[in-house]
Amino acid sequence: MVDIFLNEKYIGEVDNGDTFINKIKEERRKSILPNELNYYYEEKYNSIYLNTSKGRARRPLIIVKNGASLFKKEHIDAIDKGLLKWKDLLKEGIIEYVDAAEEENCYIALDENNLNKDHTHIEISPVAILGLCTSLVPYSNYGGSSRLIRGTKILKQSLGLYSSNFLLRMDTDVNILHYPQIPLTKTFMHDIFNYDKHPSGQNVVIAIMSYEGYNMSDAIIVNKGSVDRGFGRSTFFKPFSSEEKRYQGGLMDEFTIPDKEVKGYRAEKDYKFLEDDGVIYEGAKIKADDVLVGKVSPPRFLGEFEEFSIAANVKRESSVALKHGEKGVVDSVLLTENEEGNRLVQVRLREQRIPEVGDKFASRHGQKGVISYIVKTEDMPFTVSGIVPDILFSPFGIPSRMTISHLIEIIAGKVSALSGEFVDGTAFDVTPESDLKENLLKMGFKDDGTELMYNGITGKVYPARIYIGNIYYLKLKHMVANKLHARASGKIQLLTRQPIEGRLQGGGLRIGEMEKDCFVAHGAAMVLKERFDSDKTVIYVCEECGMWAVYDNYKDKESCPKCGSKVKISSIEVSYAFKLLIDELKALCVYPKIILGGKF
Amino acid sequence: MLPDHLLKEAKELVKRYKMNIKQEKEFMKRLEDVYIGSKIDPGEAIGVITAESFGEPSTQMVLDTFHFAGVAEMSVTTGLSRLIEVLDARKTPSTPRMDLYLKPKYSKNVETVKKIAENIKETKMQDILKEITINIAKLQIEAEFDKRTMKDYGLKEKDLLDILKHSLKNVNMKETKEGFNCKSKEEITLSEIYRLKEKIKRIKISGLKGITRVLPVKNDEDEYIIYCAGSNLKDALQLEEIDHERTTSNNIYEISEVLGIEAARNAIIVEIQKVLDGQGLSIDIRHIMLLADIMTRNGEIKGVTRTGIAGEKESVLARAAFETPIKHILNASLIGEVDELNSVIENVILNQPIPLGTGLPQLIMRNLTEDKDEFN
Repeated sequence: MVDIFLNEKYIGEVDNGDTFINKIKEERRKSILPNELNYYYEEKYNSIYLNTSKGRARRPLIIVKNGASLFKKEHIDAIDKGLLKWKDLLKEGIIEYVDAAEEENCYIALDENNLNKDHTHIEISPVAILGLCTSLVPYSNYGGSSRLIRGTKILKQSLGLYSSNFLLRMDTDVNILHYPQIPLTKTFMHDIFNYDKHPSGQNVVIAIMSYEGYNMSDAIIVNKGSVDRGFGRSTFFKPFSSEEKRYQGGLMDEFTIPDKEVKGYRAEKDYKFLEDDGVIYEGAKIKADDVLVGKVSPPRFLGEFEEFSIAANVKRESSVALKHGEKGVVDSVLLTENEEGNRLVQVRLREQRIPEVGDKFASRHGQKGVISYIVKTEDMPFTVSGIVPDILFSPFGIPSRMTISHLIEIIAGKVSALSGEFVDGTAFDVTPESDLKENLLKMGFKDDGTELMYNGITGKVYPARIYIGNIYYLKLKHMVANKLHARASGKIQLLTRQPIEGRLQGGGLRIGEMEKDCFVAHGAAMVLKERFDSDKTVIYVCEECGMWAVYDNYKDKESCPKCGSKVKISSIEVSYAFKLLIDELKALCVYPKIILGGKF
Repeated sequence: MLPDHLLKEAKELVKRYKMNIKQEKEFMKRLEDVYIGSKIDPGEAIGVITAESFGEPSTQMVLDTFHFAGVAEMSVTTGLSRLIEVLDARKTPSTPRMDLYLKPKYSKNVETVKKIAENIKETKMQDILKEITINIAKLQIEAEFDKRTMKDYGLKEKDLLDILKHSLKNVNMKETKEGFNCKSKEEITLSEIYRLKEKIKRIKISGLKGITRVLPVKNDEDEYIIYCAGSNLKDALQLEEIDHERTTSNNIYEISEVLGIEAARNAIIVEIQKVLDGQGLSIDIRHIMLLADIMTRNGEIKGVTRTGIAGEKESVLARAAFETPIKHILNASLIGEVDELNSVIENVILNQPIPLGTGLPQLIMRNLTEDKDEFN
């Protein structure tokens, strides 16, 4: 007896599991049962699980009967003529969808050469095991799986043309690549996916060589000439929005250039770009602290009205301004209404991003790196024919990672650039490496992809031949301009008097517990003290009771709130955090008495 | 200046290379310089450096268990989990293990070694029972022997019944064809009879308590060693065949109890080095020695935890800065503890120079105006 479960619920039992399964299969293929129905026969526990529920990942496979695929040449012809569609194949029981559980009961052949009597299914194509993004990596069967995964992750971070109506949209933090190109080395997915309509990278000439040691540890060196001609240039868009909110009691916000009397008024120059309606104009070149939308709000608490009856200075300033480190040009200003009928202003900031030292680039093989040096064109190495590479890639990036696909793409790109034809790099179905080499030889190059190169600085020939070719490079969305941060002194927290956190607020960079340990391990006691004294304070201690005393600046006199002014009071220099700790302990009814002693 | 064994070695070298007096002098001077240079300077933050020396390589460690393949499969935890186990001073290791070395007399012959190993392995009643059931109607336990395993262990039914009678009180034992029946003399409930059944299953028949598996292995010197899963050092050392000097366990607490705290200190060092060797890492032995010294300095093993050595710090603030601050501060306020601010953390909290490195030496200047007479 075999138990039957439908969508995890027990519905009954049958005598013979195999005949039951066969019947289910036949009827599904004849479309008597829905094709969403999948089964799983667990012989160990004598139970069959039938599933029709949603949320199962399923994939199509060609059905095999008696060691022969049901998908025959006549079907291919019919498809070519447009007589047969995918739907028909499903209906005729040539293709079926299988979920993860049913796969356990299947025996799937990779291709027709390996087909035998025991097989139940055959893959539509071996590449079907790869996903959409993974299929975009050329020659992916020549690299390790971990690198392929990294390569696909990088593809998702690359800049391109994410949407053709980007000028009408208000997306948060998006980038558009200025001169996207179709890759020279394509895969089948590029055609299916209409990749040439929205490419996300550029074809560059790459040479695998070192240059003055600037490209160690995955850094890349870029030709200044290429950058000037538009390599890796992109535009960064950032939207800002502000709304005229309504509050209790009929009060509401107001878009305007704030009055000088308003609470929290910024400097006058911060409002200089605002027009009379309190909104910035298109085309304004702005930088940090400049106001985009001037706005005043009613007071937070109504009680304030009674205490100070001058109504004007009670209003709060609540403008939208650029934060620390932001700059750009106002791209568009949108005045509209939101769902509640409140006036809404949306401003989009635009900034051109030219590649600079620290920007991240990558090939499609998980080979990512940041620009470490932008070299003048005249100092770049060049080949006999005068080709100057756009990028210099470090040879040490290859051996440990074993990304052979990266190397083959360079040769394939070279062949493509020289012959003027795209090269197919679909996984398992590529243009063979030997063909590429033959083509290179035919066109008068060495078949191993190397060329003689000259040092751009001295003009001498490099003793080694350099591997050079074309590759598709991606600019990734991580740019230094969004990340660079440093500060000397600045804002502090009210409670602890220690520097605030975060780049946007202009916060400090924390010397954490482990960094502290480094100073201790070096015995650098004074450096440690200096690094931690951002919150140091001078504080008075009553030597009688060991509590904080008070210093009266006006009378130039110290006194203890408990013991009066006749006791001995001394000043000490400690961190404010310590003073706070003592105060908080006192709040817990712990009496931390401070005993002062001479150091010497 | 130099320690004796270095001096002795140096003199041998002088002799071997036939140095003249001038060369010998120069050699000794340089040796002395190197020796002094390798000494730790006063004010060096050895504790922090030890912590960093452990912390950095332990980030590269992988979770890993070591397997003995064969009839008696055994696995031993190594890697980070074992390191944490040793440093936290857990009472029992997750995989206790004992390496039994035998006296030369017994260690060469496979058969004798196998016999010794068999005798060491703990055999319980349940290992030789085919079936044990409760007969509810008669309120008695009925058991059936597994004759084949009994033969393997060389046990006879009569001996087994003797052991049973010896270890159970208030019961009537009756020998049957396949095994035995066991009935309580008094009226007992069903749950009590169940407990009795479980007790019978756990009765030890032979071997050392806690040794679940044994594995005799030949080492490089053609000598047999018995690896044991489970550890019982106290009983093992009383066996005649065992070499008392080399036999060890990986249970540090057990070593401390049986062999004393100095042995435990050594065991900590050995166990840590074993983990590091297994991972292909190396830490200077002086760091490990410092750690082992501190863990065992009171005569009992203390882990690097808030209940162990970290909870023993002098300073209230230092303890509060580690874990459970409220507990430490409240306790300190109850007994009126005084923090002398002698260590690192307290001074960091107060933003004062730490008493280490450049913060350690303190200059005292004479007030020239006061001491004028002395100078004149």
